[in-house]
Amino acid sequence: MNPLELQRKLIAAARTEVPDDRVPYAFEKRITALLASRVVPDNLAMWMHGLWRAAVPCVAITVLLGAWAFFTPAATTNANDLSQDFENTLLASADQGDQTP
Amino acid sequence: MERTEAELIAAVLSGDAASFEPLVQKYSPRVFATARRYARRESEVEDIAQEVWLKAFGKLKSFRGEAPFEHWLMRMTVRTCYDFLRGHQRNRESSFTDLSEPETDWLDRFAAAPDSEPENADAAKLLIGRILEKLSPPARLVITLLEIEDRSVKEIAELTGWSVPLVKVRAFRARGEMRKILAKMAREKYL
Repeated sequence: MNPLELQRKLIAAARTEVPDDRVPYAFEKRITALLASRVVPDNLAMWMHGLWRAAVPCVAITVLLGAWAFFTPAATTNANDLSQDFENTLLASADQGDQTP
Repeated sequence: MERTEAELIAAVLSGDAASFEPLVQKYSPRVFATARRYARRESEVEDIAQEVWLKAFGKLKSFRGEAPFEHWLMRMTVRTCYDFLRGHQRNRESSFTDLSEPETDWLDRFAAAPDSEPENADAAKLLIGRILEKLSPPARLVITLLEIEDRSVKEIAELTGWSVPLVKVRAFRARGEMRKILAKMAREKYL
């Protein structure tokens, strides 16, 4: 048996065979449904969405704090003066040094 | 009014997945015909076609419209078929002792009178299908494209993504591989 001739004959036989191009019923519908269920989330869009949602509570908190700061009466007594307390603490050692003989 | 391919692709890219459906409908026959060259079972053919369309949808952004959509899709189809072949390398080492009666008869008649056998005999088609299944994935792909579909080396290079010299090397090796398989078949059958 001549393998080269056999190869030629078999290839010639394969060439005569046209593959079937039949498509299963509603295949395109199946693909579209599959694609709809597999839509890849857009990371940037997800971030944007999250940031927009977070912006609303942030604005609300800012408004509340602003209102609280605006409407709370300012401390008038010296005992509640934060800057005075800070100064006393910072200079406490120097004051003690002055008082010691 | 029917939308053009470019309009459909633009719509898909802007988020309208439903516009992909007419493209699937139009080109699925070609995808299925190609897949049937490499897969025998209908479930495998459907898996390949589905994989092709999912890939096409996912990579649609990379389609620049310089070549027709069909060419781009066929490249994807051939590459998916090749991946399928690489993933399903089975029965390649089996012997030829399980040839059917028509196949054996065809071979016997060929051995007796090589010129008399009609080339389009169904038995010969079964036989070549069996031989193709025994080839390695690159050999099968290149034999199918080059010898059976009668494509040029350049076309095969474009379809597969291989370089032209690589296609030539693989075609040379594939012919050798096929001759070895045929020689093995002849030995098992007639010695």
